Amino acid sequence: MTLQALLVVGAALFGIGVYGALSQQTFVMIMMGLELMLNGAMLAAVAFWAMSSGGAPKGQLLTVIIMTVMAVEAAIGFALIIGIYRIRKADMTEKLKRLRA
Amino acid sequence: MIRSGTVDIAFWMFSAGSVVAAWLVFRTDSMVRAAYWLLASFAGVGALMVLLNARFLGLVLVLMMAGEMTIMAVFMVMFMMNPAGLNPMTMVHQHRTAKIAGVFAFAGLALVGLVADFPDRPADARRDPTSDLGRELLGDSMLVFETAGVTLLATMIGAIAIASKRGRYGDAEQGSAPPALEEKPPEPAGMEH
Repeated sequence: MTLQALLVVGAALFGIGVYGALSQQTFVMIMMGLELMLNGAMLAAVAFWAMSSGGAPKGQLLTVIIMTVMAVEAAIGFALIIGIYRIRKADMTEKLKRLRA
Repeated sequence: MIRSGTVDIAFWMFSAGSVVAAWLVFRTDSMVRAAYWLLASFAGVGALMVLLNARFLGLVLVLMMAGEMTIMAVFMVMFMMNPAGLNPMTMVHQHRTAKIAGVFAFAGLALVGLVADFPDRPADARRDPTSDLGRELLGDSMLVFETAGVTLLATMIGAIAIASKRGRYGDAEQGSAPPALEEKPPEPAGMEH
């Protein structure tokens, strides 16, 4: 288990997340792509903490921050999905071609 | 660098599982299954974090994502078409661009990871990282930690405000026309009481 191998795994997760966030039409699937990107970033942060920073506690703190970002993204994402569904009955990006309700 | 046969085998297992599960998120027909594949991918990363000795963070990640993916699965059933995967599902747009962007993101980041010369300073195995994290969160970095907490509180309030059916000025569907300023003035508070 080397730092390089961990970074490649993190990059793979991030790449799959980019693909998902750009290609999916359903809002929840787009959110899954975003979460995968954060997942890869978090793995890289922990890998750097464990192998390259000498175990500085602030490295773990960064991971806590990334988790907070994930929670915020999920909560606001779900709220927006509910709001859009309520007003437009839309569950896909293609149904939101007009900005005006 | 952490060298040990068992750890290496576990690392390859969990990282391969995590990447494959992430890929299957966008390949399965059922959105509920997609949510659980994503949970599997997060569990793999959580296990990698435990292998890297960040035990607390790994377990917190798995716990948090188990809750979130359950909510996601419920959302699928409530709002989305085809939650159970009864029909083949390819709901994608700009597929080519997305594939190219994903490959480029992977290649670029992996290249940086492989080529760049990062310092090789592994964490001291004798220290307890969980205790370190606790002292950091409630010591030097308490302001950061509390800011994260307040951010989450603001997020909760904002999420409720966005998702609630009634806004301040009426139903959410009605738009947000503010009420007229000159309505009936409120009764002055009784001075005699």
